[in-house]
Amino acid sequence: MTVLQKVMTIGVIVLGTMLTRFLPFLLFPSGKPTPKYIQYMGKVLPSAVFGLLVIYCLKNVSLLSGNHGMPEAISIAAVIALHLWKRQMLLSIAGGTVCYMLLVQLVF
Amino acid sequence: MGKKKDVRKKAFRAAFPHTIPIFAGFWFLGMTYGIYMNVSGFSFWYPMLMSLTIFAGSMEFVAVNLLLGAFHPLQAFAMTLMINARHLFYGISMLDKYRGIGWKKFYLIFGMCDESFSINYTAKIPEDVDSGWFMFFVTLLNHFYWFFGAVLGGIFGSFIRFNTEGLDFVMTAMFVVIFLEQWMKEKSHVSAIAGILLSLFCLIFFGADDFMIPAMLVIFVSLTLLRGKLEGGAMA
Repeated sequence: MTVLQKVMTIGVIVLGTMLTRFLPFLLFPSGKPTPKYIQYMGKVLPSAVFGLLVIYCLKNVSLLSGNHGMPEAISIAAVIALHLWKRQMLLSIAGGTVCYMLLVQLVF
Repeated sequence: MGKKKDVRKKAFRAAFPHTIPIFAGFWFLGMTYGIYMNVSGFSFWYPMLMSLTIFAGSMEFVAVNLLLGAFHPLQAFAMTLMINARHLFYGISMLDKYRGIGWKKFYLIFGMCDESFSINYTAKIPEDVDSGWFMFFVTLLNHFYWFFGAVLGGIFGSFIRFNTEGLDFVMTAMFVVIFLEQWMKEKSHVSAIAGILLSLFCLIFFGADDFMIPAMLVIFVSLTLLRGKLEGGAMA
């Protein structure tokens, strides 16, 4: 990407983010009830989107070659175990990342 | 004038303690984000401007990946809308609270990240504290912590002597944790499982570079079609 393309990409992300934040205030100005469909999507969409983002992070992992996604699998297991154990967001994230760094640097 | 100043001081004093836990988190994640951008080859100007203008942590991590890939603004826009769609619901919840506070409303909406929302939505603001200024300072402090961490990480990333290979896993770990938190909160896991399976399916079918937009569409359509089933009280 050229610098201009990078700036445009960032601009598009800013625009998208602001759209999601400002839209409700533009659409529902005076305490009107929110449409049922929107309420429903508000409840169900986040889980699916975060599932999608987990897959997005792993999109370049190859199960058939290299280390077969072993460092990723082990580190995700570590994140889940840490989180179920202490339920401290930062500890789970930091622990899983350190685990992954050690695995790709020293083991695989 | 003096009275106005007192109102602000009081609101600041009430708001600050609520943001202390966020300070630790934003400092750590913001710094990691800055370092991540640095080791990905970006000058500190990028995390600096991005933390200032986007102020949506998870989106900024994704943005690093987007900036490293091919120029594809439509996909970037669609991904931003999907990832940040939850803000729509924060906004809906804050319609009343943000009413009648003047120009501060604009900044409050601009800076409504997950953490600012959760504090401003749940905090019991004392009656003698101006709620507009209280929420303003909560948002401003959070914004500052994130910015501060990101800039520090962006600058000091280049002085790091240890091997940073694998640091990019911080984004995966973050989304796994958020996914897990969501999972523990909900009664029905249909949407979570659908999100994983449909995305995997699209990844296999369309390949790593082209699967995001189809995956978002398939998820959207599937959830719309499942509405009758899921709305029967299961998700409530």
